[in-house]
Amino acid sequence: MAEFTNATQILEPFKGVKKVTIEEYFTSGHRTCQGCESALVMKLMVKAAGPRTIVLGSTGCMYVANTTYYTTPWVVPWMHTQLGSSGSAALGTAAGLKALMTKGKMKSEPINVIAFCGDGGGADMGLGAISATLTHKEYNSLILLYDNESYANTDIQLSGSTPYGANTTFSPPGSVKRLIHTRWKKNTAGMLAAGHTECRFVATVCASYAVEMMNKVRKALSIGGPTFIHSLDPCPKGWDYDPMLSHELGELAVETGIFPLYEVEDGIVRHYGKTKAIVEGRGRKPVREYLLKQGRFAHFLEEDIDYFQKKVDEMWDKWEIPGVIPFRRESSVK
Amino acid sequence: MAVETKAAPVVANHKEMLISGSEACAEALTLADLDVVTAYPIRPYDTVMQAIAKKIANGQLVAEYIVAEGEHSQFEIVKHASTVGARVFCGSSGVGWMYAMECLVVTPPLRVPMVCMVGNRALDDPGAFGVEHNDALVVRDLGWMLIWVDTAQEMLDTTLLAYRIAEDRRVFLPIAMSADGAFLTHSQALVQVPSKALVDKFLPRYDRGDLLLHPDNPITVAPQANEDWVIEIRRQNDEAMKRASTVIEEAYADFRKVMGRGAEHPWFEEYMTDDAEIILVGMGTISLPIKVAIREMRAKGKKVGLVRPRWFRPFPTERMVKALSRAGAIGVIDRDYSFGSPFNSGVVANEIRAALYNADKRPPLMSFICGLGGREVTLADVHKATDMCFAAAKSGKSDPKTHWLGVRE
Repeated sequence: MAEFTNATQILEPFKGVKKVTIEEYFTSGHRTCQGCESALVMKLMVKAAGPRTIVLGSTGCMYVANTTYYTTPWVVPWMHTQLGSSGSAALGTAAGLKALMTKGKMKSEPINVIAFCGDGGGADMGLGAISATLTHKEYNSLILLYDNESYANTDIQLSGSTPYGANTTFSPPGSVKRLIHTRWKKNTAGMLAAGHTECRFVATVCASYAVEMMNKVRKALSIGGPTFIHSLDPCPKGWDYDPMLSHELGELAVETGIFPLYEVEDGIVRHYGKTKAIVEGRGRKPVREYLLKQGRFAHFLEEDIDYFQKKVDEMWDKWEIPGVIPFRRESSVK
Repeated sequence: MAVETKAAPVVANHKEMLISGSEACAEALTLADLDVVTAYPIRPYDTVMQAIAKKIANGQLVAEYIVAEGEHSQFEIVKHASTVGARVFCGSSGVGWMYAMECLVVTPPLRVPMVCMVGNRALDDPGAFGVEHNDALVVRDLGWMLIWVDTAQEMLDTTLLAYRIAEDRRVFLPIAMSADGAFLTHSQALVQVPSKALVDKFLPRYDRGDLLLHPDNPITVAPQANEDWVIEIRRQNDEAMKRASTVIEEAYADFRKVMGRGAEHPWFEEYMTDDAEIILVGMGTISLPIKVAIREMRAKGKKVGLVRPRWFRPFPTERMVKALSRAGAIGVIDRDYSFGSPFNSGVVANEIRAALYNADKRPPLMSFICGLGGREVTLADVHKATDMCFAAAKSGKSDPKTHWLGVRE
């Protein structure tokens, strides 16, 4: 029996779309909406991880719509976990495997452990458990947050990750109050990267850039210890747009600078893709191009669009690390 | 037996240790070769986690020891570790157990044979470290097997039995072992600790079989079932709990055979009940003042006995009815409350009333609530309760009122 070393699988990046493996581990049998980007994220995530993987799914769309009893789309072992438990599910599964392999009770081999959560399960309820897991550096796991910016499975209610002003069933624009939801979206990936100095890899991804997205997953699973990926997933139902626009909206979120693509590896921040071009000086598209394609912002007046643009501008013009770390040095504001 | 003043001789292949209830649990966990344990601090159960930490630090046990950031995570982590085949342990007290409630709910239907210790503690508010049984009782309807432990020896034995019973494929349900805060968790007694060889003979390895979550067995666990299947899955839980009764009896019989000692039958302890006119009922360490009071009363010719329930889930209905229905009157002393329940009684009194409903002989039943928040149950409390039971036996009528003992009026 191989001696237990706590090593991870080594998953080299796919060098281009033609080099991506053809095997699927998330197949037919799910019931997600037409144009659902999160279902694509599931498919790409586990395609990148390969067959020696255990996936834990916390409550949300990707639980309820994906895994109807007797019709599972998962080719790899999959288990439900509670809404706020993606961090604990990853930690417990990894700890169980480690204990059994250390003690010779199970064949020693690297098994990928991935726990996913929605924005409700990740940015709201499960944040504490994710934070705890990211400090346990001896357990190899990936927590992937698929962020469709609302509690989309329960009827589109706002979460801590819902953008400013969006129309949700808990924040309907009314005749007296136009904007109910006036909180700015949490900077979840930046917060987790900044707060967990021994977590070796945090990244943001968007499935509009599928190969890069898969390669971030592969790096997260290879690097060792707990890792975190935040994926922005356009949602036709929750965002109110034609399902054919899912990819385009993902691209617009990046091109407007609303959702920056970056990775933090061993403390080094690397912007990538179109975000890298923005950092290097290419202009951002105006946020109105993104906002006005979505029914959830249909009630916006010019002043709302202006406010949104101003807040996004701050991310790029004022943050210490653009799009990642919001602090400013005192010397820079004098 | 808690009232013994002289230590029992060391049994073959055992060693004798002076340890607390929590330490006795940790001894058993070491012998059971625990794989994953999660800790979070709350008094009084956390003494068991301190004891396990020392075992690991001193190289007596190899296990993953995870300090969680709250009880919700604490219970979720071991739940998931169990699904990949690890033998796990967890525990809590009072409101900590409540904080984990969502995870306690999902564990039985997932058929995770987790073993936990509940160091019974009063629920907030107001704050109190002392014992009440309402914490553990909150899961009584949810598929958890529940046992109340009285002594450090029983704590060690029950821990070994709990893994054997929970991990039996016919059962695969979690077990919560209740230990009265302070009175058992922190109190030392001489304990006979079996050898590793004996424990290995009694306790097989945890085998999750075709329910193992592993790439070699790519199953989907706990999908959305809805009305299509939920009632069938509930029924499977119900059947497992019914099967547990047989498995429990087998396990105790085998324990006696392997260890050369142990309880005669699993369900409850009987103390001086053979000729008892009055039978008192109470769970956990309340047995000590009751037994002392019974001896005082016996010295004056009053025939009083005690039934101390161990297993509350599954509830030993037939055996309990047989043991109690021969009495002239029954007095149930609850260390818990159930506000607004039938007769405003405690939980145990109402369970026993329900169990007796179809009995041929239903003695008058007196219901008492005593010792909440860890208040001492005095001999005077027990004498007062017993006197009221004698009056009920004489009149042949149950008093519909629930009497609170030792309370400032």
